Amino acid sequence: MIINGVQIDDTFAEAFNMRGTRVIITAQNHKWAYNAANAMTGFATSVIGCGVEAGIERELTPDETPDGRPGVAVLMFAMGSSVLMKQLENRMGQTILTCPTTAAFSGIEGNERINLGKNLRFFGDGFQISKQFDGKRYWRVPVMDGEFITEETTGMVRAVGGGNFLVLASSQPQALAACEAAIEAMKKIPNVIMPFPGGVVRSGSKVGSKYKALFASTNDAFCPTLKGLTKTQLSPDVESVMEIVIDGLTEADIRKATFVGIEAACKIGSANGIKRISAGNYGGKLGPFHFHLHDIMNDKTLGGEKA
Amino acid sequence: MSALTFSLKQELIQKLDVSPITPDKLSDKNIGEISATLLWYGKQQLRADNFFLISGLDTQNIVFDNCSAKVDYIGNGMKTGRIIVNGNAGAFLAFQLQKGEVTLNGNAADFAACAMAGGLLLVNGNVGDYLGGALVGDRKGMRGGTVIVKGNAGERTGDQMRRGLILIEGNVGSYCGSRMLAGTIGVLGDVDDYIGYGMKRGTLLLTKTPKLHATIQDCGTHTLPFLSLMFKSFRNLPSKFSKINQNRVQRFAGDVGNDGKGEILVLQ
Repeated sequence: MIINGVQIDDTFAEAFNMRGTRVIITAQNHKWAYNAANAMTGFATSVIGCGVEAGIERELTPDETPDGRPGVAVLMFAMGSSVLMKQLENRMGQTILTCPTTAAFSGIEGNERINLGKNLRFFGDGFQISKQFDGKRYWRVPVMDGEFITEETTGMVRAVGGGNFLVLASSQPQALAACEAAIEAMKKIPNVIMPFPGGVVRSGSKVGSKYKALFASTNDAFCPTLKGLTKTQLSPDVESVMEIVIDGLTEADIRKATFVGIEAACKIGSANGIKRISAGNYGGKLGPFHFHLHDIMNDKTLGGEKA
Repeated sequence: MSALTFSLKQELIQKLDVSPITPDKLSDKNIGEISATLLWYGKQQLRADNFFLISGLDTQNIVFDNCSAKVDYIGNGMKTGRIIVNGNAGAFLAFQLQKGEVTLNGNAADFAACAMAGGLLLVNGNVGDYLGGALVGDRKGMRGGTVIVKGNAGERTGDQMRRGLILIEGNVGSYCGSRMLAGTIGVLGDVDDYIGYGMKRGTLLLTKTPKLHATIQDCGTHTLPFLSLMFKSFRNLPSKFSKINQNRVQRFAGDVGNDGKGEILVLQ
């Protein structure tokens, strides 16, 4: 498959079951909502080292938030419910409770509920106040700037993590430009986040290592400086590879984001150094979700038929 | 299907307990069985058709017409459906109401919404003492649901209230929110002395600064963001409270004489 001169590999991304939640963070203005959300989603690029993968899903206008203030929606994913709950509480306590003017609310329904402010309330040292509105319980915790408002729980749903695609380009600036274009387009898709810095990861990994202590190491087959040393996947004209990892609430959300991202990257085209689009997988044996690139780019419901 | 209507035939001398007449208790009964429902009248039990002209079929919508202050326990423990009362109601209106709606087009006696747990009680008139209070001997009053009173309320409104919402558009007697444990009471009119007496927790929302006793403490004027959430939840209620949209209040706390952390918020 070729799109605008860019070769789309006949391969697939392999993704996994995860648990996900959404938190709505509001503040006096968007600046402080982002300050809180950026802190909450910091150091949350990969479950391997961070426990969770988190990111800002989108900005919310005052009429979209429970308390009528500007806000942002944050998505957070983990491999299990207990990790997700623990990480959420820790991050809430250290980054939302502490941030001036913020409040936190549940952003998703779900049969399973996990703690949002349920335990944070004890910071109020007995002065905290519970209020129930429209069947939802909120906590008012007195803090030095006034009151911190948080909903008691948020929903937790089954989600999908680890969707991905690789951009192979003639140079590092060209690969980055294509990824930036892809991220810009993918940010408009609801229910997904791209958890790495700026949405892009340069250190794609393979399973295993020559060092016994490590269970993952650099993906040497896609490292351009190792072309002559390993069983490379790169042609001589590829000098840089970058990856976009996608976590989403459903398989369909990841398919849509993958399509939009690849489409945007391919718009830059081979004339501007974008040579191939590929994807990372483990042979299809580890993850139950397989996102075949050709299938996605041909999907009419996603706006396909580009081949 | 027309509402199942109970029209009071004559003036009552004794108190009449109509607790068996609720949508859930009558849902599987035909008109004959409904007419034969036994009601306590003073010390004796008599058939419902001794007191009421009964018409209509829809047991989920019950109407009491020409009702009087001698008719107690309307909507007792109701779990579903709707009751409309035209005329006055006696004591224990919506007693232990769990779900559904009770609308009174008239005045209610004491202990309305006593031990109420859910649902909506709308009173287009006045209510007596102990609105949303506890049953005598119980330690907790109303524990859920919403009460809207278009007129005035008597003394001890929300006494030992545990949860839920009471909105009163008129005036309220003394000891409003006494021994309150949690929940919210809003009053648009005046309140009498000793508001929040012995209050442990909960919120009293007022539009005018009341006369306060010594153990209610002034915490200053604040903009409280939770009020936006609260007033948003009022938007669909049939009450003047649905029009309020401000979150600047003077906050009083207490009753410190009872180690209480309740609050009286006066809209500024």
